[in-house]
Amino acid sequence: MKSSLNIIEVKNLKKAYKGKKAVDGVSISIPKGSCFGLLGPNGAGKTTIVEIMENIIQPDSGDILYKGDKRNKTFNQEIGIQFQHTELLAFLTVEETLKTFAAFYQKHLPVEDILSLCMLENIKKSLNNKISGGQRQRLLLGLALLNEPELIFLDEPSTGLDPQARKHIWNIIRDMNDNGKTIILTTHYMEEAQSLCDTIAIMDKGSIIDQGSPESLMDKHCRDENTPRNLESVFLKLTGKSLRE
Amino acid sequence: MWALFVARNFEFIRDRAGFGWNILFPFLIVAGFGVIFSSGAGSEFKLGVFPVNPGSMIVKDLNIPEKLKSYDHIKIVPFRTRDEAMDKLLHHKIDILLKNAGPKLRYWVSDSSPKGYVLEKVVKESVIPEDMFASRVIRQQVKGEQIRYIDWLFPGILGMNIMFSSLFGVGYVIVRYRRSGVLKRLKATPVTAFEYLAAQMVSRVLILLFTSFVVWFGCNFFFSFHMQGSYFDVFVVFLAGTICLVSLGLVIACRGTNEELTNGFINFICWPMMFLSEVWFSIEGASAWVKNVAKVLPLTYFLSAARKIINDGASLSDVSPEITILLLMSLVFLFIGSLLFSWTR
Repeated sequence: MKSSLNIIEVKNLKKAYKGKKAVDGVSISIPKGSCFGLLGPNGAGKTTIVEIMENIIQPDSGDILYKGDKRNKTFNQEIGIQFQHTELLAFLTVEETLKTFAAFYQKHLPVEDILSLCMLENIKKSLNNKISGGQRQRLLLGLALLNEPELIFLDEPSTGLDPQARKHIWNIIRDMNDNGKTIILTTHYMEEAQSLCDTIAIMDKGSIIDQGSPESLMDKHCRDENTPRNLESVFLKLTGKSLRE
Repeated sequence: MWALFVARNFEFIRDRAGFGWNILFPFLIVAGFGVIFSSGAGSEFKLGVFPVNPGSMIVKDLNIPEKLKSYDHIKIVPFRTRDEAMDKLLHHKIDILLKNAGPKLRYWVSDSSPKGYVLEKVVKESVIPEDMFASRVIRQQVKGEQIRYIDWLFPGILGMNIMFSSLFGVGYVIVRYRRSGVLKRLKATPVTAFEYLAAQMVSRVLILLFTSFVVWFGCNFFFSFHMQGSYFDVFVVFLAGTICLVSLGLVIACRGTNEELTNGFINFICWPMMFLSEVWFSIEGASAWVKNVAKVLPLTYFLSAARKIINDGASLSDVSPEITILLLMSLVFLFIGSLLFSWTR
């Protein structure tokens, strides 16, 4: 039976690299219009799951359903992606980059709107290899939003940004979510997840170890009087304090 | 596809160092050879003479056979002492060494020097009076316009430039894009592999034809090449050759993220092609297996067809076998390249 309420569902997803399990039987259902956060220490398998959902890499086994069906050719028209690490064509300007990507889609927002939304107007004539890390992150977010996607994947979207730029990006994400867009977010910033996400899944060693709203997770894991009531406490309690990769 | 084509053109043209080098490199090589051959410095053989004061050498005063002083393609190199000259001979800096004294001609030659072997015969011949040959040999004059080495070399230089630009400009660049995540970002869009590869190919072919055009007319301004055939015919050959070499670049680019490995692999393909496809010199006298290897290299057919038109005035129908082979090779390369292409691996 098709589930029209969930925009994307993954069922019993498995992926291993050279025998090492990166994703081990993960199942997630993400309702349309939600902001879903995926948290976990480095090497937990967050990026692998997200890239499988994005159709960038193929799983060893498991199913991925988009709007209740197998993903088809329209999938790439309807999603937006901001990868964790992406370089851009060095000798294109910011504006040309947006125009180039806009041409790939059947429908897209005016480039001027994206320039304005992501505060890129003053650098629109700058070459990609001349812009700062923060400006690059904003441009990558702009590319992810260009085609008015229904489903937006953001892999650590505010990494490397100063607090002002981070707040700005949070506002953009919140506005998108308020407008009915579904957002799947991975982040190492607990404050970011707590502020933006209505559902959070915490991963470790390729599996989801708990999932729920930020409030419900804190209720469940921060009962002890000595434990501060925040997502960081939940995260450390579930994944431990030992250093990861 | 159009957007990718335009983007790739911007990338290439705005990379001023790369773009400039694509034009400057062949021009410098042709100019270099032009200067060498026009200044008469193209002597094939070097004949050392000692003892002679290099600062005050007058060739006609040397005590060596008169014929040797007048031969074209032999450069006389003076040395003060025998030891100094012997060192140069042992290191193949000169091909033969003559003593500048005594009634009897005395010379030294290295057994491991092919040029020394030939020059030894010339030195021996120089002591035989010219009239000894009169009744034994008949010299025939070559008729028609002779082809200068620079005219023969020029298509080779252009072809070599196209080969390097195709393999590095397509193969290496796509591998770099894959490593840096540019291809991964494109995979997340509706762009198909065919659209991406086609845009890369069309962009590179047009840019290479344009740069070849600039180099051709830039060099022609200085060296006045002798063009025997039609410019349209040679354009068709360059188009087919460029498509074939760019397609080969796409095969190299189809997989991999290791730029160093790709660099080595491209060099592994380029260097044999440069020597066996007759960029610099003919392999007419080479052994059969060398010629057989040359037959599987696309640059061989490209240069063969280009030279037939430029140097010999051949028509398109005369070079149709070469063009057909280039187009068939292109199809095979494109099929393999698109079959194996990966955005991320």
